[in-house]
Amino acid sequence: MRLRLEARREPSRAMLYVTPALAVAMTVLAGIFIFTAMGYDGLGAIYQIFITPLADPYRWQDLFVKAAPLIIIALGLAVGFRANVWNIGAEGQYIVGALAGTGVALASWGMEGYWILPAMILAGILGGLAWAAIPAFLKTRFKVNEILTSLMLTYVAIQLLYYLMRGPWKDPEGFNFPQTRLFTEWQTLPAAVPGTLIHLGVPVALALAVVAWVVLARTVTGFQVRIVGLAPQAARYAGFSARRTVWLALLTSGGLAGLAGIFEAAGPFQQMTPQFPVNYGFTAIIVAFLGRLHPLGIVLAGMVLAVSYVGGENAQTTIGLPYAATGMFQAMMLFFLLAVDVLVRYRLRLSGPGAARPHQESRPQAPAAARTPAPESASA
Amino acid sequence: MSSAVLISIAMTVVGAATPILLAALGELVVEKSGVLNLGLEGMMLIGAVTAFAVTYSTGSAPLGLIAAMAASAAASMIFGFLTLTLTANQVATGLALTIFGIGLSSLIGQGFVGRTVDALHRTFPAALAEHPVWRLIFGHSPLVYISLVMTALVAWFLTRSRAGLILRAIGESDEAAHSIGYSVIGVRYLAVAFGGAMAGLGGSYYSLVLTPMWADRLTAGRGWIALALVVFASWRPLRLLAGAYLFGAVMTFELHAKAAGVSFLAPEFLAMLPYLATIVVLTVISVAPAGGRLAAPACLGKPFRATG
Repeated sequence: MRLRLEARREPSRAMLYVTPALAVAMTVLAGIFIFTAMGYDGLGAIYQIFITPLADPYRWQDLFVKAAPLIIIALGLAVGFRANVWNIGAEGQYIVGALAGTGVALASWGMEGYWILPAMILAGILGGLAWAAIPAFLKTRFKVNEILTSLMLTYVAIQLLYYLMRGPWKDPEGFNFPQTRLFTEWQTLPAAVPGTLIHLGVPVALALAVVAWVVLARTVTGFQVRIVGLAPQAARYAGFSARRTVWLALLTSGGLAGLAGIFEAAGPFQQMTPQFPVNYGFTAIIVAFLGRLHPLGIVLAGMVLAVSYVGGENAQTTIGLPYAATGMFQAMMLFFLLAVDVLVRYRLRLSGPGAARPHQESRPQAPAAARTPAPESASA
Repeated sequence: MSSAVLISIAMTVVGAATPILLAALGELVVEKSGVLNLGLEGMMLIGAVTAFAVTYSTGSAPLGLIAAMAASAAASMIFGFLTLTLTANQVATGLALTIFGIGLSSLIGQGFVGRTVDALHRTFPAALAEHPVWRLIFGHSPLVYISLVMTALVAWFLTRSRAGLILRAIGESDEAAHSIGYSVIGVRYLAVAFGGAMAGLGGSYYSLVLTPMWADRLTAGRGWIALALVVFASWRPLRLLAGAYLFGAVMTFELHAKAAGVSFLAPEFLAMLPYLATIVVLTVISVAPAGGRLAAPACLGKPFRATG
């Protein structure tokens, strides 16, 4: 008797919904085990990470503030991942977007007017767009792998940030600290819920998710993105240009990452500092997958990851669990998700040596997007 | 420039080239078998912290190196199980491995931040390396000689050995290799484990030789440069050697430009150079007529499931 995988004729829709929850549950169990093995209070750590942020209504605002950038970036990434375009440099686009917006803020410093904030936001989007256009150009023109170029540009963006903070953009009245001036009231995001930390970026993130849902499910462009990922050859027959899809995927994800960046700078930070990059661009990759590349799933996944961020900070102060543990914990979630994903495509069967061998496809030809299809794509 | 300066430059180039050469050699074998493991950076970090922790605790650098190889190979097996047995997407799994490695290394390393170990500088007695020219030959860390020997071994293995031929066949046409009775998944597991061990060795160069102390994210993205190096080398070990030293020169340019008092470029721009150079090199290799890209193993990154 041994365990074997039997291909399902079509992906299980039930498993599509169950597996992300299963992955989170398995991460919790593994977390208890690992943190205990490392000499921490394992159960306490999990309680701090997953329960405390939810138990205290006062901390809910933190969750929304943390989730907003993750959701915005992941929505863009999902478009690319569906089309098999791997933009993993969202962190860089996030930074450059924030820098572009900051540039407008510094240029308009001392001025007043309702036009300033929209101009900053527009600059943020354009900054992210421009940074993502580099890998898009290299990919479409020279067939250079976008994975490596987009990632390399993240390191370049970080150095650019350091340069601007230590040099030209340093606050002249800031006692030589490498950071910009504080943004003025015309340059910061208004609160969406008065009296809380919840800024305008939060409702925008939710609205963008709805827009992305409609676009992906109901428009030709959304269909094209899905088809290019699911069946590249069919897409070519249908006349969908792979080149256009690469541009679309990278510009969408870059623009949204830039938007998230300027929201973060003009929201929680209210200035630019070298501590600005906190790996949201990388965590958003986990959010996109945990959310099944589906806009509404991404909102849920963004909240789950936000819980782990806020909870990770809790565990840091209460039981001394290092901050790095949060990153490891989040990566484990993706590991478990990828592992249980097998249940969407295959049935687990116990089979004896004489059991009939069911027909199996020799190789699942479908690319990544096909193996984590969104619920509606199964019926499309 | 005096010859002493030239030799000291050459020594730092060797230092910058060796870790990426080690890691890239492992990845080259992995990719030749048809698997794309983007977790190089994470595995290097796990190797770096393990090498440091074990060397610090036991006082034995060789033990540290062995532990680093074992730890990174173990980490690579997570990737192997997910992508080979469960046919998970290789790009996503590799990324997860890198994020995991960053977190795990920083978690293990937090008790070691700022501590130092005796650097693994010397292979031969100091007397042999006294004269500057002899220093160039005998004055390196054992890892440097290991990286050179491994380059030759990998080149021989891939082109001259039967096992290497099988591995390449699996990378070029898994279906055909499977149908004549080779274990595609088994060979790929071995390749991935080898890639993990080599990444661990490369990572330990940072924590035992280059900066014999622990700091978070010590490898600073060099794992990604090693990945690019494999593409640059068109999957050929000897070109990999040349590429690693070329990249080593670019990476140390920053150091020497600062020392030489280059002031027209801010240090941050110098620090960008290796990453920009990588992008340029990847572009050049893509347009080169004898297409570097075309040399990619045909089955690279595609999952395989045996029939029946």
